[in-house]
Amino acid sequence: MTKPPPRPNRPVYLDNQATTRCDPRVLDAMLPWFSEHYGNPASAEHRMGKEAEAAVETARTQIAALIGADAREIVLTSGATESNNIAIKGAARHAKRMGDDRRRIVTVATEHKCVLESVADLAEEGFEPVVLPVRPDGLLDPESLREALQVPTLLVSIMAVNNEIGVIQDIPALAAITKDTGALFHTDLAQAVAKIPVDLTGWRVDLASVSGHKIYGPKGVGALFVRRRPRVRIAPLFSGGGQERGLRSGTLPTPLIVGLGEACRIAALEMAGETARIAALRDHLLTRVREGIPAIAINGSTGARIPGNLNLTFPATPAAAIMERIPDLCVSTGSACSSAEVEPSYVLRALGLSDDAAARTLRIGIGRFTSPADIEYAASALMAAQDPLPGTHPDGNPPPGDP
Amino acid sequence: MFPHYLDANASEPIRPAALTATQQTLRVIGNPSSVHGAGRAARGVLEDAREALAALYGTAPRNLIFTSGGTESDTLAIHALGAARRVIAASIEHDAIRAAAPDAEHLPVDRHGVADLEALERMLRDGPPSLVCLMLANNETGVIQPVAAAAELCRGHGALLHTDAVQAAGRIRLSLAALGAHSLAISSHKLGGPAGAGALLLAPDADIATPLISGGGQERGRRGGTPPVAIIAGFAAAATAARSDLGTSSAANALAALRDRAEGAAVAEGAIVCGGGAPRLANTTCLALPGFRADAQVIALDLEGIAVSAGAACSSGKVRTSHVLTAMGLGALAGEAIRVSLPWNTAPADIDAFAAAYARMAARLRAARAVPPLDPTGAAHRLTPD
Repeated sequence: MTKPPPRPNRPVYLDNQATTRCDPRVLDAMLPWFSEHYGNPASAEHRMGKEAEAAVETARTQIAALIGADAREIVLTSGATESNNIAIKGAARHAKRMGDDRRRIVTVATEHKCVLESVADLAEEGFEPVVLPVRPDGLLDPESLREALQVPTLLVSIMAVNNEIGVIQDIPALAAITKDTGALFHTDLAQAVAKIPVDLTGWRVDLASVSGHKIYGPKGVGALFVRRRPRVRIAPLFSGGGQERGLRSGTLPTPLIVGLGEACRIAALEMAGETARIAALRDHLLTRVREGIPAIAINGSTGARIPGNLNLTFPATPAAAIMERIPDLCVSTGSACSSAEVEPSYVLRALGLSDDAAARTLRIGIGRFTSPADIEYAASALMAAQDPLPGTHPDGNPPPGDP
Repeated sequence: MFPHYLDANASEPIRPAALTATQQTLRVIGNPSSVHGAGRAARGVLEDAREALAALYGTAPRNLIFTSGGTESDTLAIHALGAARRVIAASIEHDAIRAAAPDAEHLPVDRHGVADLEALERMLRDGPPSLVCLMLANNETGVIQPVAAAAELCRGHGALLHTDAVQAAGRIRLSLAALGAHSLAISSHKLGGPAGAGALLLAPDADIATPLISGGGQERGRRGGTPPVAIIAGFAAAATAARSDLGTSSAANALAALRDRAEGAAVAEGAIVCGGGAPRLANTTCLALPGFRADAQVIALDLEGIAVSAGAACSSGKVRTSHVLTAMGLGALAGEAIRVSLPWNTAPADIDAFAAAYARMAARLRAARAVPPLDPTGAAHRLTPD
């Protein structure tokens, strides 16, 4: 439709919900812990172990500060997937072991795959998963949660921010509804931390998962918040050396933990300004693309949404074709984990999109290192990559058949 | 003063090739599951590392699963292969195995710390289908176990064998295929890579039906979560460098000579070498000083600038009686042994410093206790003269 823009001198990365560039300040903070200070933080008998242990504890404090927790409530893990697995399986298995006869575990259809699979794994252990639908805007209707909780429930797991459509669930309200029934509440904060304010002291959340590489930290590290007062008890996924108070054994990767701490420190300082800047870039991109492609649809609530996310259904062109036509633009057709699959996104299906519309949908994730020039390039390239709309093309392509 | 670091079995210093690979890959942006260019670049690094490690350790790339480390790999093996099987674990296994199979039957070891294969055959002969866990090299004594022979026994009796090769990898040549084991665990930071990654290698006739960590379908559905590409790149680079050192017999022999010198200096002060009569890793020695608690020795050496450990480095510095040395029948000595484990970059000066510090420590501890000096050759106290 329009002339393609000149190729950028490097790929334009707009997939910041899949993973983020490691912040150079995070790299600088980590490097000495890779090279010079290689003690095992569990080797508290000698000074090289002690200095690693001290660095881990500093990072733990930084992580806790960003989410309004106490450092003693932070269990370090290999990432949010592991944190979600420990929280969900650990809470359910511990309760069962203690003779709790509640079996219901409630979650939402748009959760990350690792939450849905953890819940499904528990079905094989005699638990009763209930997967709630969402409204067309991607938000959970609190009434459907209330209804599900009429059966005595062990655990509710609801993500704070969706990884594909960026919508923000009202976690304080949903947690309150859950806690009033006596169930435990877990939230996956992987896409929320450093994007929206999180206050686990004020929120009635028992368990919460944090990722390093979604917040400009390294891959291979995350955290699980486990409330201390009242104390939440969970069974570990694996044991051994007894690290992390027995909740998560295994040598702590000091450099990665230092990196996660630094990423949290930076986010606490810069989130407010960064959020405003990213929102302006996102709004500009949407305005530009809408000018060129008026029939574009945006999926998910536009009000309750993190600033960095757009999820757009194009009127005629398959998302895969757009991506092929713009090799210099890194965007995605769904979550990264499942993006190699041919299956349409289950998140978009849960919103009521047809498979055909889902196949014409791109996720665009704007982040800390996105420049105005990146946005200009993306807008021009996305417009240039569109097929002509049905009825406007001389060769008369059949209409895409989706209302 | 920079300490003389002789605690490699807790964590090896990073190898230069691993540091370079990790630093470079930390700057690669993509998620290896993403299909765009940045994702493909990350995936390329990940799959190159998988191929390199699979080739080094004797399995097909598709049968190597990346995990967060040795503990997770061991737990995954028992979770997957031990389901519906009796688990038999050597009495000297790492705590990761002991915790993952708390009800395991114990396979005894002899006084040198070597697993008793006749006992294993008796246990397998009439028992139900079993999973046997036998580590390749012990973390406290460095004693190398007869894993290939045990695997052959297991295969003869329809049992599976998992071997924790966390301490052996990078220090001896090893291959899952040659050992005949069904699964094998390795860890990055124990062979000179960065901490935060490990792997479970599977034989072609072993698989994982239910993952320990379920998720987005990564690792062929056998381990969810975005893999830490930069750590894994360093892992593969370290393993490659370690194998190359093993290929040049001079590097391996030099490390063994340094270890022997450290050991000799301690024995001259009355130390007993635990497991000294068995084949051992070239970098490890376990030294008991009769009558003196291990934690007092470690603290005294730390004050001298020597970093060693009392048994395994586990949680919060709590020093316990070693279950490994107890299983070897060492009685009170099990609470009186330190582990000296030489990193790949040990210099002769480190050993000189250790020898001098050990002598001062022994003298000081004895003076404080007014215990008469032991036979200076130590020969009378060496339990493992052969």
